[in-house]
Amino acid sequence: MADHLLRLEQISKVYNAGEPSQTEVLHGIDLVLDEGEFVAIMGPSGSGKSTLLNIIGLLDRPTSGRLLIGGKDTGLLDDAALTRLRGESIGFVFQYHHLISAFTALENVMMPMVVERGFPDRQCEARARHLVERVGLAKVADHLATNMSGGQQQRIALARALVMTPRILLADEPTGNLDTQSADDVFALMREVNTKSRTCFIIVTHNKTMAERCDRIIEVVDGRIHEP
Amino acid sequence: MTYGLPLEWIVAVRFLYEGRLQTLFIVVGISIGVAVIVFMSAMLAGLENNILKRVLTTQAQIQVIAPDQVARALRGKGEDMEDATVQRPSQRVALIDQWQSLVRSLRAEPGITFVSPTTTGSALAVRGEASRSITLIGVEPETYFHIVKIPDYVVAGDARLTSESILVGVELAKDLGVRVGDKINVTAASGDQRVLTMTGLLDFGNKGANQRSTYVALRTAQSVMGMIGGVTSLDINLYDIYAAEVMAQSIMASHRVVAESWIKTNAQFFSAIQAQKATNTLIRLFVGLSVAFGIAAVLVVSVIQRSKEIGILRAMGTTRGQIIRLFLLQGGLLGFAGSMVGAALGAGGLFYWHSVARQSDGSELFPLMLELQLFVYTAILATLTGLLAAMAPALRAAKLDPVVAIRG
Repeated sequence: MADHLLRLEQISKVYNAGEPSQTEVLHGIDLVLDEGEFVAIMGPSGSGKSTLLNIIGLLDRPTSGRLLIGGKDTGLLDDAALTRLRGESIGFVFQYHHLISAFTALENVMMPMVVERGFPDRQCEARARHLVERVGLAKVADHLATNMSGGQQQRIALARALVMTPRILLADEPTGNLDTQSADDVFALMREVNTKSRTCFIIVTHNKTMAERCDRIIEVVDGRIHEP
Repeated sequence: MTYGLPLEWIVAVRFLYEGRLQTLFIVVGISIGVAVIVFMSAMLAGLENNILKRVLTTQAQIQVIAPDQVARALRGKGEDMEDATVQRPSQRVALIDQWQSLVRSLRAEPGITFVSPTTTGSALAVRGEASRSITLIGVEPETYFHIVKIPDYVVAGDARLTSESILVGVELAKDLGVRVGDKINVTAASGDQRVLTMTGLLDFGNKGANQRSTYVALRTAQSVMGMIGGVTSLDINLYDIYAAEVMAQSIMASHRVVAESWIKTNAQFFSAIQAQKATNTLIRLFVGLSVAFGIAAVLVVSVIQRSKEIGILRAMGTTRGQIIRLFLLQGGLLGFAGSMVGAALGAGGLFYWHSVARQSDGSELFPLMLELQLFVYTAILATLTGLLAAMAPALRAAKLDPVVAIRG
């Protein structure tokens, strides 16, 4: 049997374990995702969506259960190996884009490649420039991140998330902070990348319309998964 | 981005550039600290040098003399003392025993640069009706002039010493009414007389010395004072002037002589120099500490301000080590930039102060001593201080959990 791109087995997350304030956020989650999927994760605030996304994104470790990426058990990796795997396989887009304000749009897109190599080179710049063009922002490539509109910044964040050709792209409310037109543009762009590159998109959203435009909707309620 | 430049350098420089007002303030703060250190160090070194020069150009760093004559209590039979009081004997001019072999042995000591035998005694200089008591100092010019730079004090004639010549201070020359080329009758305490020709006029900048000090060739002094072949002292100079006391002790331990270092004969002055050095060290320490805390404070604020960006960098795969280096570099760069500006400010301040601060006679208060070494040390010290100060903020940044940092 071929390995799934992403496999969660009985994933639980408990905060402040053993203390009076102990909170169990995720309860034994099982989930399988494959290449090319375009998934929306929905659920009320505090239901555990972001925690789930952080665990899938290797930013956080589960309290129990196994997370396999491409068949590799991430629980067996040390912090350095996890950081490397995160850099190679996973891209992030956050609600508040989180571009680094000291750098231009183009440099922000280059950054994951620079992090991986340790220094910038011609190849990094060429790849970043290609992606900036692909998100339609070639004209503002050399503008500082802070001198762009919210929609433009989010598109640059998407380009940055794609620069390492990740197999999984995690987006936490990617359009939550944008006007309708910009939100539509960003969504269309993600869809296009998903179709062309077979990147698996996992999008956390409160926006029902947007969720309905995804291939699959996963609902997280009280730390458990419900698929309609 | 500059191709090939390490990530940490790129991000560190950009972070400093983006927060340029903050960077500017802290660099100005560091610069003032460094300027104070450079200014103080260079000025104190100049002052110390100046005072040392005044003290040590008119005296040897170590003077070796024969031990005092000591009277011992006369003992009777058994251990009984015959006399309860022992009077200190009057000291005749004592010659150093076996001085030639002592000179050879001292010249072989590492650390000693020059050893010069000297015969000194009192005499009377007579010319016509005028007579003045003088100190007749017989020297070997080829070694003695390296210890006391007599040629530097010559205001007329020259410092050449033949068996018939004498060098005289300006006050004495005035009192006797002599000029270069004139004869002076020198009479020793024993009554021996010698007519010498004045070949040089000296000005030591000290009235007492100008009135009494006269220099003749060693053999001339020996013959006038009836000490043929004998010397009363050996003058010694060293590579390290501050090793004088230790060397004097070691000479006394290995030879039957008394050795007096300039440190002992100028104890008050020496302790003033030591106190000045200690004060300077304390000032440097406290300035260094305040610079370090300034850098640390700015970087701690920067870590807090940039926690989201640090979280993003970590999410992209930046290691904890890279984050630590990124902040250490910022500390180091701040320290280095501050030291460069500070060194320039300090040097500028020193030039200005040197030009306006004058002694009562209009001469410079201190010599302008700007050594490259001082700037290099200061730059290294400030950069290291920056690196050390950045340690705590860097560790704090590296410990940031990317999830918490991004969520803010």
